[in-house]
Amino acid sequence: MTEQASIRPQPTPVLDGPMDGPLNTPLDGFRGATADWSADKQAFPVPWGKAMMWIFLISDTFIFTCFLTSYMNVRMSTTEIWPNPSEVFALTVGGAHIPLLLIAIMTMILITSSGTMAMAVNFGYQRNRKRTAALLFTTAAFGVSFVCMQAFEWTKLIVDEGVRPWGNPMGAAQFGSSFFMITGFHGLHVTGGVIYLSVVATRVLNGFYDRKGTYETVEIAGLYWHFVDLVWVFIFALFYLW
Amino acid sequence: MDQAVIQHPPADATHASASHAAATHGSAEGGQQHPIRLYLWIWTLLFVLSACSYMVDYFQLHGALRWTLILLFMLLKAGFIVSIFMHVAWERLALKLVILVTPLTLLVLIGLMAIEGDYTFLTRIASFVR
Repeated sequence: MTEQASIRPQPTPVLDGPMDGPLNTPLDGFRGATADWSADKQAFPVPWGKAMMWIFLISDTFIFTCFLTSYMNVRMSTTEIWPNPSEVFALTVGGAHIPLLLIAIMTMILITSSGTMAMAVNFGYQRNRKRTAALLFTTAAFGVSFVCMQAFEWTKLIVDEGVRPWGNPMGAAQFGSSFFMITGFHGLHVTGGVIYLSVVATRVLNGFYDRKGTYETVEIAGLYWHFVDLVWVFIFALFYLW
Repeated sequence: MDQAVIQHPPADATHASASHAAATHGSAEGGQQHPIRLYLWIWTLLFVLSACSYMVDYFQLHGALRWTLILLFMLLKAGFIVSIFMHVAWERLALKLVILVTPLTLLVLIGLMAIEGDYTFLTRIASFVR
């Protein structure tokens, strides 16, 4: 081993890794492969958690696009009238009939929560623990109110309007299945995000990230939350407004 | 990582440079930090754009104008969220390409399903709508 090391030319090339030299155990081989694949070959100069979150979000983009594309497909191919979302989701407030009111409020709430999330990331990097945690909890609270409104909307649709995944009194049967699938999956994402943000906020409060030395986790959680908002932008435009 | 270094002394050089790179970008203060004024600006803009797309429905615009406006406001909002709130505007090109180019393959799926939906509609009309 020492002889080999002395023969080695001084400026060590990248390939000259742990692969040469005696391999004693299978574990050594594994460590060599790990070192080879990680040594000086990092493709994305960001924290690994951020790169992984982005890859997850890209895969999530594919899932939501599949849902929205199947919705487009059934809406294009049905010979029945598609229920008018503007009417289906209208609310009567104080005698006034306002189209799509609840959905507009939900959109505003999600955008507001995106704003508080962006501020939380900012205060996180300033190491302002209290403000970061407060903003994260605010964001999660907006998320909770969003899910509550969605529960109200689902109840209204199922109980009052008689919408089912297999049919409804207003027109094309595919309306129900598309609606429950798309908004249900988005609602699950919001619920997951609320739990995620609550965990991160609690850790901010108890100084976990100060001990860790970095607040990048707050930014990574922010990526997820903004993505949930982003998906809503598409659902709002393509399902509710189209 | 330390263990690996001890196990394989020849790997020292490469590991040292890797951890150096990690230290350069890993520091919290080197993370995505931008003026709050910018966030507030984008936030306001998102509100305005959302209000605009709601107005499209409120005033019951129809046809090509409605669809163009809906798509326009949607893409503008998505663009601002991704580039500013998700910090893509300040990422390096390698990451930008992965984030922005990969989903473009979905356009193929959307195109194919649009053709298929159209075809299904025509066959339904031809076979059971008299």
